[in-house]
Amino acid sequence: MSEAVIKSRAQKNSEELLLGDQTFTTITNDISGVPEQKKAPIQWKLAFALALSLLAVFVGSLGYLIWEGTGIWGVNMPIGWGWAIINFVWWVGIGHAGTLISAILHLFRQNWRNSINRFAETMTLFAVICALIFPGIHIGRIWVAYWFFPVPNQMAMWPNFRSPLIWDFFAVFTYFTVSLLFWYTGLIPDLATLRDRAKTKLKKKIYGFFALGWRGGNRQWQHYELAYLVLAGISTPLVLSVHSVVSSDFATSVIPGWHTTIFPPYFVAGAIYSGFGMVMTLAVAARSLYNLKHIITVNHLDKMAQIMLLTGSIVGYSYAMEFFIAWYSGNQYEKYAFINRALGPYWWAYWTMIFCNVVVPQFYWFKRFRTHVPFLFITSILVNIGMWFERFVIVVISLHRDYMPSAWAMYSPTIWDIAIYLGTFGIFFTGFLLFLRFLPMASIAEVKLVLPESNPHHGEH
Amino acid sequence: MKTYGIIAKFDDPSALLHAAEEVRDAGFKNFDCHSPFPVHGLDDAMGLKRSRLGYVIGMCGLIGALFGFGLQTWVHLFEYPMNIGGKPFFAYPAYAIITFELMVLFSAFGAVFGMMYFNKIPRLHHPLFYSEKFCSVTSDAFYVSIESVDPKYDEREVENFLTKIGGKEIEIIKDENEE
Repeated sequence: MSEAVIKSRAQKNSEELLLGDQTFTTITNDISGVPEQKKAPIQWKLAFALALSLLAVFVGSLGYLIWEGTGIWGVNMPIGWGWAIINFVWWVGIGHAGTLISAILHLFRQNWRNSINRFAETMTLFAVICALIFPGIHIGRIWVAYWFFPVPNQMAMWPNFRSPLIWDFFAVFTYFTVSLLFWYTGLIPDLATLRDRAKTKLKKKIYGFFALGWRGGNRQWQHYELAYLVLAGISTPLVLSVHSVVSSDFATSVIPGWHTTIFPPYFVAGAIYSGFGMVMTLAVAARSLYNLKHIITVNHLDKMAQIMLLTGSIVGYSYAMEFFIAWYSGNQYEKYAFINRALGPYWWAYWTMIFCNVVVPQFYWFKRFRTHVPFLFITSILVNIGMWFERFVIVVISLHRDYMPSAWAMYSPTIWDIAIYLGTFGIFFTGFLLFLRFLPMASIAEVKLVLPESNPHHGEH
Repeated sequence: MKTYGIIAKFDDPSALLHAAEEVRDAGFKNFDCHSPFPVHGLDDAMGLKRSRLGYVIGMCGLIGALFGFGLQTWVHLFEYPMNIGGKPFFAYPAYAIITFELMVLFSAFGAVFGMMYFNKIPRLHHPLFYSEKFCSVTSDAFYVSIESVDPKYDEREVENFLTKIGGKEIEIIKDENEE
């Protein structure tokens, strides 16, 4: 291969996934430069202050909830599941993008994931923490939340393993643990980089402790890469199972609008759709705040928008198919449930959902919109609003019309429903901002693999 | 102070790869190639055997699945039989999900802790960390290290050998912890 060809190829590669003249050194400097800043940027401080305030809202409203009980929420018969379940499903859904990006795209050898996987995995961790809070607190007496766990206890009592609610607990708990292990494994070489660059003794000790003494020897990389590959392999069915299991909380019941077999794939597609929406929102904000536009490029955003187009279309197809089956089944309750969704008292929730999840992603067919960063930022927020309304539609609209009209009711949240929901944003953003401050937001080791120079056969004739 | 070994710097991944082949062919056993990211093809160049981690993970997954299925069976058949809506106690299709989740959970622990076991980490002190220059291996440098415990190790010869195959900034690492 001639010099010119190598050069043009290198340029082409870097134009796609890394902008400018990048070397191993500049990548290390740029990414680890962020946590090494002496002072956080003012925008970070403002955002952190806001996040801490929301965290205080959460702690306060959680305290009141524990003191007073779930009667402070707007749930009442027949709407026994309200915002707590909606928020749980919403946060778990958001948490799906992280493992999808790090596991499935890793197996498919999609190199473009290397710039955004750390970011997405961290988002997953905090989103799943927010999600896990809701099943924990919605049981009312949260001091007995350990009854979820199959632990031997003085009452000789065990969970009912034939119930989808306990499957759900196992699925989400496993998902959290595996995501944490995956995230930390990916961090080890980067923590070693931060350790070796640390200027103060304290930083060196803390980063060094968590880097576990990583030396970058190939005898270590060999086992490390296999472990990473296997984690990706087992996380792939896991991530697909989590929202399928969440959907079976609904699908195994006999409520019209819930009792459908389309739920598992439909929930998984929706989860990935909303997760990419959240990654997009956070990535657009972080790349401009920290000047990492050459590492998280417009091309990355373009590719994420394409995945959102795909999953958004699957979601739109599912909405249509639900209606078709409601008609085709000939079941009058099912038929009524769906007409009531679109034209009943909660029509506004249904059409908000349709607008955000079916209409908005259609713009992503065009490259002009997929590369327009402010447009992507706004639509990615709309995506998550739409996905919240999807869960509202499924939970509230299906429940508020019971079989007997005498049992019909309307649902409205109380201030405490809203406070706890907003409060989980406090947990999410406090955690995420601390991550941006102290840890590398993109994988230093993996981004280097995008450079053509990282291939030892690069430049051979 | 005891000598740990000798390190030499190489320019880029392909130089490291060729160096690894040379060191392997020269018959050294206790050596390693250090890089900021995994270099493709280095396992063969160093003559490393396939990692046995896969077997460990497989065993962990099997144990997890058996434990998950066994726990549910034991609870519902023997320890705490609950009649809920007349559903059978041994409702094995309903056990599938928790069996699967525990299989994944146990294999993930097996993957991470098995990796740590094979890599002999956490190990926070290591003679290589006494080298100032070696620090850049986690950023942009490529090093070969040959340990003094290698049967073919001879300080002068190894130094000459590393220079011959293109190594730069050769440094002898002393283990400051050992007398």
